[in-house]
Amino acid sequence: MGFLVFLFWACVTLAAAIALAWGFRKLAAAVTKGEMHRALRDAPLTASFGMMVIAIYLIVAILAPVIAPYPERMIVSTQFQPWTAEHWLGTDALGRDMFSRMVYGTRNTVGIAFATTALAFLIGSVLGLLAATVGGWLDQGLSRLVDVFMAIPSLIFALLLLTIFGTSILTLILVIAVIDSTRVFRLSRAVTEGVVVMDYVEAARLRGEGLVYLITREILPNVTAPLVAEFGLRFCFVFLAISALSFLGLGIQPPTADWGSMVRENATLITFGDITPLLPAGAIALLTVAVNFVVDWQLYRASGLKE
Amino acid sequence: MSDKDILLDIKGLKIEGKAGDDWLPIVNGIDLTLRKGEVLGLIGESGAGKSTIGLGAMGFARDGCRISGGQILFDGIDLRKASADKLRRLRGKRIAYVAQSAAASFNPAHKLMDQYCEAPVRHGVMSRAEAEHDAVELYRKMQLPNPEEIGFRYPHQVSGGQLQRAMTAMAMSCRPDLIIFDEPTTALDVTTQIEVLAAIRDIVEQFGTAAIYITHDLAVVAQMADRIKILLRGDEIEEADTRTMLAQPKHDYTKSLWAVRSFQRETQAAPEGQPVVSVRGVSAAYGPVRVLDDVSFDIYARRTVAVVGESGSGKSTAARVITGLLPPIEGEVLFEGKSLPADYRQRTRDQLRHAQMIYQMADTALNPKLTIRKLIGRPAQMYLGLRGKALTERIRELLHLIEMEPDDFIDRLPSELSGGQKQRIGIARALAAEPRFIICDEVTSALDQIVAEGILRLLDRLQGELDLAYMFITHDLATVRAIADDVVVMQQGRVVEQGTKAEMFAPPHHPYTELLLSSVPEMDPDWLTHLLEKRSKQGMPAPGAI
Repeated sequence: MGFLVFLFWACVTLAAAIALAWGFRKLAAAVTKGEMHRALRDAPLTASFGMMVIAIYLIVAILAPVIAPYPERMIVSTQFQPWTAEHWLGTDALGRDMFSRMVYGTRNTVGIAFATTALAFLIGSVLGLLAATVGGWLDQGLSRLVDVFMAIPSLIFALLLLTIFGTSILTLILVIAVIDSTRVFRLSRAVTEGVVVMDYVEAARLRGEGLVYLITREILPNVTAPLVAEFGLRFCFVFLAISALSFLGLGIQPPTADWGSMVRENATLITFGDITPLLPAGAIALLTVAVNFVVDWQLYRASGLKE
Repeated sequence: MSDKDILLDIKGLKIEGKAGDDWLPIVNGIDLTLRKGEVLGLIGESGAGKSTIGLGAMGFARDGCRISGGQILFDGIDLRKASADKLRRLRGKRIAYVAQSAAASFNPAHKLMDQYCEAPVRHGVMSRAEAEHDAVELYRKMQLPNPEEIGFRYPHQVSGGQLQRAMTAMAMSCRPDLIIFDEPTTALDVTTQIEVLAAIRDIVEQFGTAAIYITHDLAVVAQMADRIKILLRGDEIEEADTRTMLAQPKHDYTKSLWAVRSFQRETQAAPEGQPVVSVRGVSAAYGPVRVLDDVSFDIYARRTVAVVGESGSGKSTAARVITGLLPPIEGEVLFEGKSLPADYRQRTRDQLRHAQMIYQMADTALNPKLTIRKLIGRPAQMYLGLRGKALTERIRELLHLIEMEPDDFIDRLPSELSGGQKQRIGIARALAAEPRFIICDEVTSALDQIVAEGILRLLDRLQGELDLAYMFITHDLATVRAIADDVVVMQQGRVVEQGTKAEMFAPPHHPYTELLLSSVPEMDPDWLTHLLEKRSKQGMPAPGAI
């Protein structure tokens, strides 16, 4: 019987997700024009579901103070209150409003993850492009350095660096960005190598073009698609890494609301059969899935299968 | 002939391709009949629907295409209505297909023999042992070297011409009733092409196989086909047996196809003054491998030097030395009497400007993300310092020069152009630098004959107007005949013969030049037969032994 109930709710959720995704696609296609309109109209339902989730997260992050009924760090009630009309998701280990902290957590966790990924891409792709275009010793030097970095398990490495440099948000961003940029470097170097051998790059070199022109005009436009797709994937990994570090106590520090540390702080409740501590984890999982749906769709489009 | 002999009967075949949301016609109602043992040549420019019809004859449409009308009867079986299972049993067993690029069509991870045996064993025609034995027989018939052992090599261990023959042997493995040859020799050198043509013709005659031979090369189809059908943009222009078609083409389009090879530029005055570019005793190597050995030649203004040879003869390497991409280990390159730095990085902007290059594959030579305005404008902006209005004016002027309408094309991307138009943009980009000298690296070999002829005429006209010197790298002697003033013949990194065009095309020849010259297919349908007879009499290497 319990299984059937579960099955029923699973079906209802799936149906609701499909309906929402379908509605979102209609809406998105209606408000856009031209190339964008065509792309959105032909997007698969998974992709439009992903875009919808991302859009909701964005809105929540931007409007956090408006949406959250209580401030992020204020103790508003006693510890571990159950779900009530006053505190929708109850209260946490210190008596702060769980729902408000979820809302603010969107801003903190997603914002930091985005900043980190952007930085990782800036470092990784610039170095990757340089290594592949210039070649020779620069390429060898950078590639071997990256090999050394990648030989160390990333979580252990991050823990090590954070212990050395301290656990401010800035160091957190820098450490994860540097570690992740090694992966971006690998990809951008590989993709660039494929473009560098093209005749048009040779023609530009023979024309006497400088390195900056070569990279920005001749190479970069031809490697953007895979890099953008990788950005989505990388974003998920960074997101998980930050949450993992926060869970371990070395990431975003209290009292800042953050999904990873929220799971840890309230983990005791799981023993009592309360699912509240799993909600932040669920929020992470949902965003990860959503981003991957969109990335899959972009990869399909970038692979040229459409044309 | 009775109807019983008819093997393939296609009526009103219509095939459509998907473009965005719409289905556009590719083939608009073609009728085609093929009797047993007959070879039909399909001719047309790219985009004429030749390959699509060839695949359609197997009841197959590529991804993004669909057969939308007509009927395809193969030996009384309607291929459009046949089940997938039935089609699977026909294909490979009774209908076989030979693709244009054997190198791209073989699976690089399996040995030739394994790939040969797959079809006969899968179709239950032979056991594996029988198939292997049979493969050796066919390899021998195809005059492949070491027929006993070649099957145990991987595709990359075999040359392009041999691979193409191995593929033809593979198509014969089940002794099919029909083989579709889709441009089987287009990617090969002339000397290799002869071997493959002879082998294909032999085997088709021996087994009485019917064939559809798809090509854009008229001289080739003249050797192979009993009948020729001409296609233009999915429509049939005319059909007749080979000799009638060659002697009395009816339609204007056919006549224009026939006339392509007639272009020949006017004889130029003897060279004056100092050469624009001189290559002096150049030797070059890739690592330890020496690819150029003491090469010297001169290129004068208003003259075209054609550098001829098979692939691997060092033609393109010579160009790389001149442009400075590959510094030579000995010798030097002079530009108007002054020595050029060996590495392009050390050359001045003016030295770079005066030596421009046009590439073989316009697809990879033009950045797909830049518009034509940027592609052509950049050299003009860089070398001549043009900006704003003056630059736009210059771009429009260049587009006029290459006979393209500026308003239509200036803001297009390369992907929105045809192959010939792309090549014209490549030319315009070279001209934008206002150079003295242009290297043309196989600029017409990826194009149809009609389009190629347009490009040659354009290059010829521009040379006269702009006093250019050309170095024309090619393996096609018909192109040499059309455009060259001087010819340099290369083999294995050495210059084996050089002189004016008149001298080159008149005997006596160096043996290698002789081989090259005699290997160019002619429009005479008996040419191949006569040539093979002559060669076997003279004891020249038989096809396959080379």
